[in-house]
Amino acid sequence: MVQKLDILQETPSQTAGPYVHIGLMPSYTGNGQIFAQEVGVSPIEEGAEGEIIEIVGSVFDGTGWALRDALIESWQPDAKGRFAGQEGADPKVSGLCRFAADATSGEFTLRTIKPGAVRNRAGVMQAPHISLWIVSRGINIGLSTRIYFDDEDNSADPLLGRIEQSPRVETLIAKTEAPGRYRFNIRLQGTDETVFLDL
Amino acid sequence: MTDLGPLIPRNRAIHPEPYDPGYKTSVTRSPNLPLLSLESGPSEETGPAFGHGLIGALDNNLILNWTQGAAPAVGERILLHGRVLDENARPVRNTLVEIWQANAGGRYRHKKDSYFAPLDPNFGGCGRTLTDDEGRYEFLTIRPGAYPWPNRGNDWRPMHIHVSVFGHSFGQRLITQVYFEGDPLIAHCPIAATIKSRAQLDRLVAPLDLAHSRPQDYLAYKFDIVLRGRRQSMFENKLEGM
Ligand SMILES: [Fe+3]
Repeated sequence: MVQKLDILQETPSQTAGPYVHIGLMPSYTGNGQIFAQEVGVSPIEEGAEGEIIEIVGSVFDGTGWALRDALIESWQPDAKGRFAGQEGADPKVSGLCRFAADATSGEFTLRTIKPGAVRNRAGVMQAPHISLWIVSRGINIGLSTRIYFDDEDNSADPLLGRIEQSPRVETLIAKTEAPGRYRFNIRLQGTDETVFLDL
Repeated sequence: MTDLGPLIPRNRAIHPEPYDPGYKTSVTRSPNLPLLSLESGPSEETGPAFGHGLIGALDNNLILNWTQGAAPAVGERILLHGRVLDENARPVRNTLVEIWQANAGGRYRHKKDSYFAPLDPNFGGCGRTLTDDEGRYEFLTIRPGAYPWPNRGNDWRPMHIHVSVFGHSFGQRLITQVYFEGDPLIAHCPIAATIKSRAQLDRLVAPLDLAHSRPQDYLAYKFDIVLRGRRQSMFENKLEGM
């Protein structure tokens, strides 16, 4: 026998299931009376510094069907690249948003500010991005990905640079539809499968 | 800010298989291509903090929170309690734990749930709380009923409570389910079976905890949760060319 390691194992994940909205977005399913204030209603408050943007999109399954039951969380820094809680961070930016695919159309909308750039652990500047975490029925462990922007210089981003098949980089880049409005579709499978992250 | 080190990489072998034909919906909703593995950075190591101002007095009492204390929910009264720790066995303090569940008859208060077990007018089915300085949390609720679901011809979910935990880093985000000791449906559930190791699945089964039960009031079940930890080292060399 060898010595025992002082390390625990993470609790295994399970799917969020079809009724995830009850727990995380009660007002989505008409149960809004239960809490005085819900979590992640908006990542910004009135007066947040930076450019207001809207990102719309859908989460598609392997058949090309837009999920009607996906729930997404986004996490991002303020316009200068500082996360909530860090020194000097914009107090009007909580950084967290919870949003759901529309039950009829499957489309989601994230209204936020354009995030600032942040360096990675090695000190390399990353292109501005928003982190996403996607859960739903049929997703057994939450999927992580990032939204980058087609009107930023993404050429030196260290994460995008690690994607071997360069056309797949496009799956992480939100496309401008109108000033301040982007489209970002997430594909769980198939051609143009989104690059999902393990970090 | 002190650098606590990168997140310990996830050991995906303990987690469910993303693609599992026994759970039909996973077939079209699981990525086919490998995930891109990288060291965590600030985007994953930071995360939202929640103040006590967010949490109402009844938020962790599912027996009373739907009616704001006016009338109790129907069912077997239970206390679900435990600790949130990280992989280094340190308590995760002041972190948000959210739960949701079916009522005693196995019915969710959700517009898409059409199971003919009735809604309980006094039960909403969700709760939330913040862990204390030792990482402890507790919920007073009723034991949820098992329910059938459209998958294979005759599939039933064991009694379970859905649990969502934040931790302090967005990369620690976790959703799981609590099962109950002794429930024979666990062994037949295709969702439980997405976890391939029975020993890992057993970590989701809360034991009856008589010592923390309150006589003449409720039974207790204990459920501890472990989130990813951080790897701190005196040697933090930067990779060449990164
Ligand atoms: Fe459920």
